[in-house]
Amino acid sequence: MATTDKEVNELIKREYEHGFVTEIESDTFEPGLNEDVIARLSAIKKEPQWMLDWRLKAYRRWLEMDEPDWAHVGYPKVDYNSISYYSAPKRKEDMPQSLDEVDPELLKTYEKLGIPLHEREKLAGVAVDAVFDSVSVATTFKEPLAKAGVIFCSISEAIQDYPELVQKYLGTVVPHGDNFFAALNSAVFSDGTFVYVPKGVRCPMELSTYFRINAANTGQFERTLIIAEDSSYVSYLEGCTAPMRDENQLHAAVVELVALDDAQIKYSTVQNWYPGDENGKGGIFNFVTKRGACIGKNSKISWTQVETGSAVTWKYPSCVLRGDNSVGEFYSVALTNNFQQADTGTKMVHLGKNTSSTIISKGISAGKSSNAYRGLVKFGPGAEGARNFTQCDSLLIGDRCGAHTFPYIESKNKSAIVEHEATTSKVSDEQMFLCRQRGIEPEQAVSMIVNGFCKEVFKELPMEFAVEAGKLLEVSLEGSVG
Amino acid sequence: MLSIKNLHASVEGKEILKGINLEIKAGEVHAIMGPNGSGKSTLSQVLAGNEAFEVTEGEVTLNGENLLELETEERAREGIFLAFQYPVEIPGVSNLQFLRTAVNAMRQHKGEGEMNAAEFMKLAKEVSKQVDLDPAFLKRGVNEGFSGGEKKRNEIMQALLLQPKLAILDETDSGLDIDALQVVSNGVNALRAEDRAILMVTHYQRLLNHIVPDYVHVLAGGKIVKSGGRELALELEERGYGWLGIKDEEAANSAN
Ligand SMILES: Nc1ncnc2c1ncn2[C@@H]1O[C@H](COP(=O)(O)OP(=O)(O)OP(=O)(O)O)[C@@H](O)[C@H]1O
Ligand SMILES: [Mg+2]
Repeated sequence: MATTDKEVNELIKREYEHGFVTEIESDTFEPGLNEDVIARLSAIKKEPQWMLDWRLKAYRRWLEMDEPDWAHVGYPKVDYNSISYYSAPKRKEDMPQSLDEVDPELLKTYEKLGIPLHEREKLAGVAVDAVFDSVSVATTFKEPLAKAGVIFCSISEAIQDYPELVQKYLGTVVPHGDNFFAALNSAVFSDGTFVYVPKGVRCPMELSTYFRINAANTGQFERTLIIAEDSSYVSYLEGCTAPMRDENQLHAAVVELVALDDAQIKYSTVQNWYPGDENGKGGIFNFVTKRGACIGKNSKISWTQVETGSAVTWKYPSCVLRGDNSVGEFYSVALTNNFQQADTGTKMVHLGKNTSSTIISKGISAGKSSNAYRGLVKFGPGAEGARNFTQCDSLLIGDRCGAHTFPYIESKNKSAIVEHEATTSKVSDEQMFLCRQRGIEPEQAVSMIVNGFCKEVFKELPMEFAVEAGKLLEVSLEGSVG
Repeated sequence: MLSIKNLHASVEGKEILKGINLEIKAGEVHAIMGPNGSGKSTLSQVLAGNEAFEVTEGEVTLNGENLLELETEERAREGIFLAFQYPVEIPGVSNLQFLRTAVNAMRQHKGEGEMNAAEFMKLAKEVSKQVDLDPAFLKRGVNEGFSGGEKKRNEIMQALLLQPKLAILDETDSGLDIDALQVVSNGVNALRAEDRAILMVTHYQRLLNHIVPDYVHVLAGGKIVKSGGRELALELEERGYGWLGIKDEEAANSAN
């Protein structure tokens, strides 16, 4: 009732915590996009000819494409010529060879973000690859990983050092002309992460990357490629933040995962891009294509995402289940408030026999935001005995927000089984009263209730990040209640 | 301890409490009886600070302090506890987490340090045993899928955990089987203390065999129409409410 809405409205007015700008010198391209810009970008990165050719092919394809408008979001048209396609922190030397050589300002930035690289390294267990604006700044834990045979580096380095691997897999999961944003990314991606786990290797630690957009008027187009060879395992986490700016900023990433026979990839995202202010000004446009291919039999790909940031999110981490008995999973928490818009979900494409997929989606809408789940479950003719379970839950906070569910099912195989459950609930006055009657602060109560709602997804996150995600929700919801 | 003077309260423009006067001293147990819809739960909720109800007149003080000025959570920290007639579920939030958050909120208010998970677990297990609840309930979502009786025992467990100054028990006895009634009564009796008052709403004088009250009040049509000792409950059981000049809510309302 009125009281709860008032409380909640205050609550969601909470300010963005990561909204600082880092003062560092950077090399930034003039805004604008043409073949020349792409050639310059490729040259700076000392890329081989095949890479440039691929970029140009994607660019030409992109020119012929239209920006998609089917998502349940509305935003001003992006002027692709007003964006700068490359921004790199200036370095004294060529590249920092170790953490000591990384610009101290930059390291401070990460500290403010709560990810002190030095500490992380000491604490062990988490290897961090940090992408700042467009380039990879520092990759920790290279050595212990190298011992295990795991390659974990920036994609630019991989293009130099492991060209055969990159050439073999890049664009095989998300082709250069897959969609408007993927084509753009293929043309101009500036950096990203590359992971290769050899046959039979269980990656000895969680891998993680933090992305941050810093410079004004820049787009971030990172590209991630993860390859898990037969019977290998890797768990990877990405975190994202951006400073507060009045203009919208574009983030169009592509992530490709390849799992071969009996391999497992667990990919987790904690996305906290700047969502814009409480009047809907500014914020990141997060237009991302993430897809995993379970090529091998018995392979498994799990996507877990906690999406709390961005002004507009357009994101469908998907699985193509080609190998027999392969498994796809999608666990998602998407929280929107103020004027945020999210259209997110997944695609599970069942091609192989006895493939199975699970979708658990938790949408939380507050303020005047709009939160849509869009999911496609598709069974090809060869998907004998395939099955999917989908559970879509929406939680409304206040009564000015919207939640929408768009489930699509396409089946070309009669033996396939789909189960779908959907619920919509509200943080009720009675729940709030119970918590407060027990002495709990209203904002803590909302956060506790929301965390409870998300429990099934949080338990899929790597331990240390589950706590982080819980805190993030708290922050996104805090500041409330008067 | 608690002093209620000429309390009027309404919900959605409809007046429910029409001038309640009640004095409760530390150490006392007061029972409130009365027909359905007479305003017993409303009184309980108003004391606890439910904002769905609007206080239009009167005053309430707790140890001399104006209670009506305080937010719900502040009243709770001052020692007001309400055991709900219909406890609500909070899916996914474990009972343990919920209770620990509550206990720590109270402790923080008193300037005490937070209880760590292990300490709290030990304490929670003890009190759950006191109300004969399997400690497994601590791991389950708050009231999630609890039976009616389990919910009531869970409420009393919370009272034992939070050690309030004034415990308001709204029909904590309804829906309990005979054994559970005994368990809950033992729990409530364990709460009885020199420095604590208990206000319990009930329809059954049977409960008062287990928890012997110092005073019994009859609430009808939003007013206390009769007060007495333990024997008043027995008399009510024998004669119903008719002899007090009220039959039901309607009659009570039209009498006003
Ligand atoms: N939120 C509400 N909206 C409208 N009317 C309400 C609301 N809450 C209570 N009432 C009304 O107030 C009156 C008193 O209700 P209350 O729950 O206090 O009665 P009670 O004495 O506790 O009854 P019972 O013995 O059945 O529990 C009833 O007529 C009820 O319908
Ligand atoms: Mg009642």
